[in-house]
Amino acid sequence: MPTLSERILGAEAGSYVDVQVDRAIAHDGTGVLAHQAFCEMGARGIRRPECTYLVFDHIAPANTSTTAGLQRELRQFAREEGITFCDIGSGICHQVMAEGIVRPGEVVVGADSHTCTLGAFGAFATGVGATDMAAIWASGSTWFRVPETVAIQITGRLQGAAEAKDAALAYVRDLGMDGANYRALEFVGDGIAAIPMAGRLTLCNMAVEAGAKAGLCYADRQTKEYLATFGVDAGEQVPDHPHYVKEITLDLASLSPLIATGHRVDHVQEVAELAGQPLDQVFVGTCTNGRYEDLLRFSRMVRGHQVKVRTIVVPASRRVLERITAEGILLDMVRAGCTIGPPGCGPCLGAHMGVLGVGEVCLSTANRNFTNRMGVGGEILLGSVATAAASALRGEVTVPEVPDVR
Amino acid sequence: MYGEGRAVCLGSDVDTDRIIAGRYLRTKDRALWAAHVFEDLDPTLASRLKGTVLMAGKNMGCGSSREQAVIALKEAGVVAVIAPSFARIFFRNAINIGLPVIECPVACKEGAKVRFNLAEGWVEVDGSRCHGTPLSLKMLEIVRVGGLVPYWREHR
Repeated sequence: MPTLSERILGAEAGSYVDVQVDRAIAHDGTGVLAHQAFCEMGARGIRRPECTYLVFDHIAPANTSTTAGLQRELRQFAREEGITFCDIGSGICHQVMAEGIVRPGEVVVGADSHTCTLGAFGAFATGVGATDMAAIWASGSTWFRVPETVAIQITGRLQGAAEAKDAALAYVRDLGMDGANYRALEFVGDGIAAIPMAGRLTLCNMAVEAGAKAGLCYADRQTKEYLATFGVDAGEQVPDHPHYVKEITLDLASLSPLIATGHRVDHVQEVAELAGQPLDQVFVGTCTNGRYEDLLRFSRMVRGHQVKVRTIVVPASRRVLERITAEGILLDMVRAGCTIGPPGCGPCLGAHMGVLGVGEVCLSTANRNFTNRMGVGGEILLGSVATAAASALRGEVTVPEVPDVR
Repeated sequence: MYGEGRAVCLGSDVDTDRIIAGRYLRTKDRALWAAHVFEDLDPTLASRLKGTVLMAGKNMGCGSSREQAVIALKEAGVVAVIAPSFARIFFRNAINIGLPVIECPVACKEGAKVRFNLAEGWVEVDGSRCHGTPLSLKMLEIVRVGGLVPYWREHR
């Protein structure tokens, strides 16, 4: 029987399909090249402006006059074309789209590799390049090779301080950085029902780190309830004995806090193995771990204490920032000594604020630890929110204790 | 579609951050990308890429969707990229800007003469031929006309 990707794309794995795109997303980073290609194509306007989104998240606010000039051009383009434009401070495009826009069964294409995040809603969501996006703007559609699917069978429940991020690191470790290349991942099994939407978004976010084209969860009661809070009425999807090319099992109950080291996302160790490693910076945020639930968890652990290393917290969206402000979570983090950045990608891609110096080590809740990504000569360790909180308080890699919330 | 060049060997899992770093993305200046290509991998490489065929290990171009990575390679004079497997967005981006890519499990010899035929999907290193996966007819046509922009102008 068909996988969720086959159901959404309407064809069997291996076949090529032309599909209409339900949501097309670009940001300030990829939008510039997409706009340039769009103009060079001689296209006459965006075909489906009501499905088109431009979100300024990568360098937001602008860091140089060159960046500001490029953003000015894009802003004007967005207004002329009548697309949905989210200016600086709105948040990371994937999070903005996760706040009541993307629905189960949709085809979502983003000019950003972490577009796979949105598969958490039971949508087929994947990243493309800028020229592909230009063609999608012009035509409203694109082509895909329907991917084969690898199942991640999730069993058990998270225990202790382990969280969805540790589960994500575990499957990337098990599959390897290209273990799901050209394929889709489906997160299925008894254990998935207990993982809230925030955790599912984290799981799907890292699908591309194993090379996957998409990472999907079937829409269920949780999905429906989450979307209902945004006034969206969504249906559920039930797996119907899909055909998988490969299955791996991930037992949540046996997971302990993990950390990716050595400039590879699939080089994963137990946090305990690195305990005591001095840190120069801790970064909490990104499309992996910058949601309300993440910052709540982090603040509960640092509240009433002082961080011992510079700690940057960046909410994933304005809505997240609003909520943590209203609930006093922001104040707890500020009083603990954290530096708060504007909603967006923050230091993750090393293009502006929060870059590392030579020889510095950052524990980050992001999804990539590639060589020099956050600054030439810097090293990135990828871990969970709880690991980040425990480590920020000690100034060194620290195994988190069981926090009072999950 | 036939081409040739000198081989430059690369390892596996070369990510797009190492092809062009995030700090160079905020510009439309293609020459700047070409000047800084592979800077974090080997700073001497950028000036040696003209007329070369890059022969990488598996999972070439993993990571970010940044199209500046393939543009930087093309601008620096890379003739084609050959690897046993590619990250899918890198592969698609290369086709879309008209940079030949061939998925082929061929061993690299630094500096060797490399010949390839994109339509037939073969690569020859120092005269020994290896067959890879041929591109679809549509992909071939996109590369032949120089990328998706000119393809679009011809076909819309």
